[in-house]
Amino acid sequence: MGYPILSLLIGLPLIAAAICLFVDARTARWIALAATLIDLLLGLCLWTRYEIGGPQWQFTEHVALFGRFAWALGIDGIALLLIVLSVFLMPICIAASWEAIEKRVPEYMAAFLLMESLMIGVFAAQDLFLFYIFFEAGLIPMYLIIGIWGGANRIYASYKFFLYTLLGSVLMLIAMLWMANEAGTTDIPTLMAYDFPAQAQTWLFLAFFASFAVKMPMWPVHTWLPDAHVQAPTAGSVILAGVLLKMGGYGFIRFSLPMFPIASAELMWLVMGLSMVAVVVTSLIALVQEDMKKLIAYSSVAHMAFVTIGLFAFNRQGLEGALMVMLGHGLVSGALFLCVGVIYDRMHTREIARYGGLSNNMPKYALLFMLFTMASVGLPGTSNFVGEFLALVGAYEISSWVAFVATIGVILGAAYMLYLYARIAYGAARTEEAAAMPDLNAREVAMLVPIALAVLWMGVYPESFLAPMRNDVGSILARLAPAAPESDAKVSIGKPAAATAPDSHHSAEAHN
Amino acid sequence: MINAIVFLPLLAAIVAGLGNHMLGNTIAKIITTGALFISCALSWPIFLGFMTGELTAQVHPVLTFIQSGDLVVDWALRVDTLTAVMLVVVTSVSSLVHLYSWGYMAEDDSQPRFFAYLSLFTFAMLMLVTADSLVQMFFGWEGVGLASYLLIGFWYHKPSANAAAIKAFVVNRVGDFGFSLGIFGTFLVFGTVSIPEILAAAPGYADASIGFLGARVDLMTLLCLLLFVGAMGKSAQLGLHTWLPDAMEGPTPVSALIHAATMVTAGVFMVCRLSPMFEVSPTAMHVVTFVGAATALFAATVGTTQTDIKRVIAYSTCSQLGYMFMAAGVGAYGAAMFHLFTHAFFKALLFLGAGSVIHAMHHEQDMRFYGGLRRHIPLTYWAMMAGTLAITGVGIVGVAGFAGFHSKDAIIEAAFASGSTSGGVAYAVAVFAALLTSFYSWRLVFLTFFGTPRWAGSEHIQHAVHDAQGHDEGHQDAHAHDDHGHDHGHAVEGDAGYHPHESPATMLIPLALLSLGAIFAGWLWAPYFLDAQHGSAFWAGSIAFDEHLMHAMHEVPWWVKWSATIVMVTGLLIAIWAYVLDKTVPARFTAQFSVLYDFLLHKWYFDELYHVLFVAPAFWLGRVLWKKGDEGTIDRFGPDGIAALVAGTGAIARRAQSGYLYTYALVMLLGLAAAATWAMMG
Repeated sequence: MGYPILSLLIGLPLIAAAICLFVDARTARWIALAATLIDLLLGLCLWTRYEIGGPQWQFTEHVALFGRFAWALGIDGIALLLIVLSVFLMPICIAASWEAIEKRVPEYMAAFLLMESLMIGVFAAQDLFLFYIFFEAGLIPMYLIIGIWGGANRIYASYKFFLYTLLGSVLMLIAMLWMANEAGTTDIPTLMAYDFPAQAQTWLFLAFFASFAVKMPMWPVHTWLPDAHVQAPTAGSVILAGVLLKMGGYGFIRFSLPMFPIASAELMWLVMGLSMVAVVVTSLIALVQEDMKKLIAYSSVAHMAFVTIGLFAFNRQGLEGALMVMLGHGLVSGALFLCVGVIYDRMHTREIARYGGLSNNMPKYALLFMLFTMASVGLPGTSNFVGEFLALVGAYEISSWVAFVATIGVILGAAYMLYLYARIAYGAARTEEAAAMPDLNAREVAMLVPIALAVLWMGVYPESFLAPMRNDVGSILARLAPAAPESDAKVSIGKPAAATAPDSHHSAEAHN
Repeated sequence: MINAIVFLPLLAAIVAGLGNHMLGNTIAKIITTGALFISCALSWPIFLGFMTGELTAQVHPVLTFIQSGDLVVDWALRVDTLTAVMLVVVTSVSSLVHLYSWGYMAEDDSQPRFFAYLSLFTFAMLMLVTADSLVQMFFGWEGVGLASYLLIGFWYHKPSANAAAIKAFVVNRVGDFGFSLGIFGTFLVFGTVSIPEILAAAPGYADASIGFLGARVDLMTLLCLLLFVGAMGKSAQLGLHTWLPDAMEGPTPVSALIHAATMVTAGVFMVCRLSPMFEVSPTAMHVVTFVGAATALFAATVGTTQTDIKRVIAYSTCSQLGYMFMAAGVGAYGAAMFHLFTHAFFKALLFLGAGSVIHAMHHEQDMRFYGGLRRHIPLTYWAMMAGTLAITGVGIVGVAGFAGFHSKDAIIEAAFASGSTSGGVAYAVAVFAALLTSFYSWRLVFLTFFGTPRWAGSEHIQHAVHDAQGHDEGHQDAHAHDDHGHDHGHAVEGDAGYHPHESPATMLIPLALLSLGAIFAGWLWAPYFLDAQHGSAFWAGSIAFDEHLMHAMHEVPWWVKWSATIVMVTGLLIAIWAYVLDKTVPARFTAQFSVLYDFLLHKWYFDELYHVLFVAPAFWLGRVLWKKGDEGTIDRFGPDGIAALVAGTGAIARRAQSGYLYTYALVMLLGLAAAATWAMMG
């Protein structure tokens, strides 16, 4: 294996964070940028060295600590891609904070670097409690970032953020303790193959659900997200939307589905129901927002509902689609928040009505913003199409109702995003400041262009991203297959309505 | 070669779009137009190859796209007869429109952007017509939608253009909603999205049923109708047509290329491409026929009352698309494709001709302020005449005629020959709509080119004259493209001292070439597209070609064959009477039948209805769900409620501010970690 690359990925930002606390603002910025860039290189190295079709868990590290508690790391294809997403967004976040953050810069950079360590830790942890610590500790730097460097109403937002996530995490911890006792191990790969009693599964599922549903966030526990986004500094929003929300989806796919397949199938309609409501309701709410960040925050809730829909479709297209939405949304919503940040830095307002006509004075910005807008509405050729399309294909395979309602979200998505774009970039500038804003500078171009290229890459050749996750999705499907619910299509050939011979070549077990 | 045809326009779009002002107008124009002419030059040999039977259907794989279990989609370019027809239509009209835009857009500030969009559109359209799988077709489908959105809103400083652009995209998304569900359902049933595989398997599902939204429905009917909803959106069929007239906000070359000749025919193309699938479901075929008939009738009636020259042609397009669906619905796919083919030439010609008129009239689009232009812009006049003769279907039965004579009459005859009830309805509607077509087309010609000038009432003309006299310089720019539908004054006789100029050669050459198409395309290609013997060899299985129907078409009674010609002449005579001989007729008619007139003038009140039914409720619901739902219920009883319960928000906030809360968080975390460890040790 050579060197412990995962520990390095986690440790490097941690050390850099510690150093940051003892230097001045300028040095802290450069240290943070250097550390995140090195982590990016390590992440890319991880990706190229990851063996597709090789063992399920790669780059494993195991150091026994006290008791049965171990420093156990290792990744599969799913974790790999989420780590790559995290390390990709981090240097961009540092660049976005370069000038925007003026007070307490060393602490700010330290918080971000700490966050990076914890995020990678979440995706790399193979020990139940190690995961828990990373998962929960990730809240703290985020909480600080909103609470210290946020907007006017930051205290309310950070408090709300904290309160929501706290409840879930307590329940999850209790469930974890029970599981560790029951199964006699805290090793996640072992737990993923462990058959918990059917009755216990329901309770365990609900306890985890309390935590993951808030993180996603699912309707109706989503109201912390718009406030958190609105108050967070730009880079905070990027990480929040880009990576932290993905932890909920990651939790579902790593814990809920493989560990509690029976409960997942039983409670499928709870998840599907909430997701269907979320798609329509939050899209409608996004339509009437007057604050740019709130609009994108609500759109995130709608997009994350596609993730839960795909995950609980119990088939390959659904699962792979959900993962692709997670990756695509991570890039696109991150980019959209950066786009908001760019003009917020110039005018210090998020009010849509104060902009307009930016295509005139900011053509580069208008072009990139258009690309991300189109990616957000799921235009084929961009990252989000692949994910949404697969998730909806998967959803239709299990229920035409779910696909029908969720696809309505695609119409509404176009409406609110284009309405936003038109109010910002088209028409005439509604204020003089808006008309006088300069176009993107080199730093901003360097932030947005890599994301744009990644969005197109994912949209045109998604195979690079689908290939690493293929076998891992397969093993989850194998766990789910016995419990997979039946499709409502029940195709029958021949005149008599003999629905007794369903053409089931598409139920989950037939895939792969 | 096919790779070059498809990807050259993309390359040109990227270079011109990113190069933009650094590149300069001329270079951007040369790159995009050059790429299109190369594509066009490469496309015609392919089409001719399929005509002579030298070429056979081929698929050129490009790249893997999506692989997810059974769902395998590749980027691939399919070339068969149907594609070849579309290739020449798309590349020919597109290259001519590129050339035309050199003149029409000469004074615009963002020409590289315009040409990049045009080329991008062409690329997406070519991806659509070469698609071998439903997913790639959907890529092209949405791609042309994007280009259409960008081009409708090209003059983005106009609020009306922005609104029209959004409307076009969102209404098309409603269609795509059906298309997507159709793709999902097709994959569920067939286990593939490859078009040839689906078409091969479709007949086996003739009597199959499927559960959908709790009901049990006929499988093929469901799939076909879902896909057809997509076609309705893109081809502006009744119910989803509202975006097309508004799309006229875009520059006129765009209307010619996208909203007349190519993109809006994508729905017809889709139905023809999937014709073996539609053949399995008679119900779906009836629906296609009825929707086509309803659209043809609706749009033709509205077309008779509009005064904006572009809107008249837009409704005419909508109506002609209805004809194509009628043809497809009765199983005459060859006739549908033939009308698509000829319509592309003469409708692009009409739009570009209208653009030339608008150019000459200083961006005035209201026909009430035209008149007597025949002598001032004679070349444009003759081009428009060729287009009008083609669309109204002038010709001698049994001999030859202009393009529309061959293609539209074929649809009318096929509808009659099909013998079904829906075919009978389609026949009656098609004949009546042909009467209206003739009337509104000639009305346009007479209002524009005949009579005496009524230019004096036009604000655009007044500004032009004003500027020319040098009183108010700098005004010109502001009004150069300000051609929205304003309601200005009454028509005033007189030319106000204005002198319209004929358009430059870059605009006249495309008009001339398209005129040739409008005159000869029908006569030249009718044997290939329609003939019972040649037809099946020409199409070579790329559509469900029905030889019997094509045969029966030629055997219809004489009065059926003559019906189209009779109504064409009738429409012409009414137009002469009302707009040349006795000009008080229209006013008397509108006074007499004011209810009917208002109904038609307001386009059957669709926009108003949709606003009340969909737009207003969506915003209202959004506001209620936000204020009453999220803030009034979830927050009130959720986080805010808990805060009030515990200590009051104020106290929490104060403690948080002084740093207590995150200390608390850290303590909690450490405590929990300790608890966990303890549990493990014990």
